[in-house]
Amino acid sequence: MTLIRELFGNVVTFIANTGALALFFARLMAQIPAALLRPSLIVRQVHNAGGLSLVIIMTCGLVVGMVLGLQGYELLARFGSEESLGTGAGLALLKELGPVLTALLFAGRAGTALASEIGLMKATDQLAAMEMMAVDSVRYVIAPRFLGGVIAVPMLTAVFIMIGLFGVQLVGVQQLGVDQGTFWSQLRGSIDIEDVLEGVTKGAAFGVACSLIAVHEGFRADPTAEGVGRATTRAVVNSAVLVLILDYMLTAVFF
Amino acid sequence: MSATETLNQTGQNPESSTRTSAGIASEHLVDIRDVHYSVNGRAIFAGLNITIQRGRITAVMGPSGTGKTTLLRLMTGQIHADSGQVLVEGEDVARMSRKELFAMRQRMGMLFQNGALLTDMDVFDNVAFPLRENTDLPEELISHIVLAKLQAVGLRGAWDLMPTELSGGMARRVALARAIVTDPAMLIYDEPFAGLDPISMGVILRLIRQMNDALKLTSLVVSHDVDEIAMLADMSYILAGGKVVASGETKALKNSNDELVRQFMNGMADGPVPFHYPAPEFREHVLAGTEARSA
Repeated sequence: MTLIRELFGNVVTFIANTGALALFFARLMAQIPAALLRPSLIVRQVHNAGGLSLVIIMTCGLVVGMVLGLQGYELLARFGSEESLGTGAGLALLKELGPVLTALLFAGRAGTALASEIGLMKATDQLAAMEMMAVDSVRYVIAPRFLGGVIAVPMLTAVFIMIGLFGVQLVGVQQLGVDQGTFWSQLRGSIDIEDVLEGVTKGAAFGVACSLIAVHEGFRADPTAEGVGRATTRAVVNSAVLVLILDYMLTAVFF
Repeated sequence: MSATETLNQTGQNPESSTRTSAGIASEHLVDIRDVHYSVNGRAIFAGLNITIQRGRITAVMGPSGTGKTTLLRLMTGQIHADSGQVLVEGEDVARMSRKELFAMRQRMGMLFQNGALLTDMDVFDNVAFPLRENTDLPEELISHIVLAKLQAVGLRGAWDLMPTELSGGMARRVALARAIVTDPAMLIYDEPFAGLDPISMGVILRLIRQMNDALKLTSLVVSHDVDEIAMLADMSYILAGGKVVASGETKALKNSNDELVRQFMNGMADGPVPFHYPAPEFREHVLAGTEARSA
C-alpha cells in the first residue's frame, strides 16, 4: 500500500513538474522577441556557454574520434573492410556521437554553470531586485541565457564532429595505415544531406532541451545553498535523461 | 501625548474613522486592510491593518518570523493576500496587471537586506541599471544622475568597483543610490541595519532621514533594531501573531505598559514571546535518554 502511495505521489510530482516546465517555457517564449532586441546580452551568453566550453569539447572530440578509430578499425578488419573506416566513423559521429556527447558535455559544464548562477542570483535577491526595479527577470536574465545555449550547442556539435573526424583520421590513416584518399572519398561519398539534417536537428533539439532544463532548474531553485546545489544536480541529471530519450525519438523519426 | 493615548492595540489608525475617504487616499500612501495570508496552512497574517502616511517614516517591527519581509512582498505585489486588500495610492495591488504593477514599482525604491546588487556589473552600472532599462535618457544624462546619486551616498569615488569589492555597509549605500536613482515617491527598507558596524549603521541611519526629508519621500522601514528605529521613525507598528499588536509614535511605544511591547522594545528574553520553544518537562526529557529522543 505504501509502495502504491509512493508511486502515485511520484507520478503526481512528475506531472506537476512537467506542467511547471511547460508554463515556464511558455513564459520564456513570450519574452524571446524582446530579448532578441538586446543582441549584446545574447552574444555574452554564447561566449559563456559556448566559448568557454570549447576546450573541453575539442579535447573530448579528439579523444572520442581516436577511440572510434581504434574500435572501428578492429571491427572492420574482421570483415576485411578497413577502408570503410571513414564511412562508419563519419556516420557515427555525425548522427549519434557528436550531438549526444556534445549535449552531455554541455549539460555538465555550461548547464550546471547556468543553473547555479541563476539559483545564486535568486538566493541573493538579485532577481527580486530586478522585478522591484520593474525589469522582467525572465526577459533580462533567463531569455539571453537560454538563447545563448540554443545557439552554442549546434556550433559546439559541429566542432566536436570535425575534431572527432580528425581524431579518427589520426589513428586510422596516420597510425593504422588506412589509405588517406580512400578514407576521405568514402566519407564524402556515403554521407548525404539527410544524415547532415539528422545531426543538425539533434544538435538543435538537444540545445533547446539542455538550455531549458538548466535555466528552469536555476529559476525554481530554493534560495538556499542546499537548494542551489540540488538545482545544479537536477539540471545535469534531467538534461542527460532528456537528451537520451530525445535521441531515441529523433533517431526513430529519421530511421 | 501619553503612551496610552497614542497606542492603539488593535492596529487600526484611530484617526482614520474621522476623515473622508478622499482625504485618506491623499494622505495615506499605503493602506493594508484586514489582510489574511497563510503558507502551507500556517497563518502569517490574520487580520492585518497598517496605514503608511505620506511624507513620514513608518517602521514595522516585530520578533523574527512575524512576517515583516512577507509584508513587503505583499505590498510590492510579489505575492497576493488570501483575503483583504493592499491598497497603494488607492489601487488594489492584487487587481493590478503586470504592466500596472511595474508602473507602480517604478514609483517605489526598495533597499534589500543584503543590497542585492547585480554581481556582474560595477557600482556605476548597478546604479544606472533602472534608468537604462526603464527610460530613454541619453547616456550622458544617465552618467550625471548616477554620479549625483553616488555623491549623495558618499561613494562617487567607488563608481568602478565591483560588488565583491564592497563592504556590507558600502554595498547597502550603493543599493540605496540605486533605489533613489529614479526619484521614487516611496522607499522601502528591508532590515537596513542588519549586520552593520556602528559607523555604517550611523551612516545608513542619517541617509534614510536625509533622503526622506530632502526628497520629500515616504519611507517604510522593516527592522527589529529598536534603538535605531526609535531615533528614526515617526510612526511604528509592532507585529506579533499575524496582526498588529501595537501602533503609535515610536517614542510613545518605548514607554508602553503592554507586556509584549515592553518585552520587544526592551529586548527581554522571556515574556509573552517565550524564551523556550515548546518542549516536554526537562526531567522527563533527560530521563527518556537517547533512544526515546531518536524515536
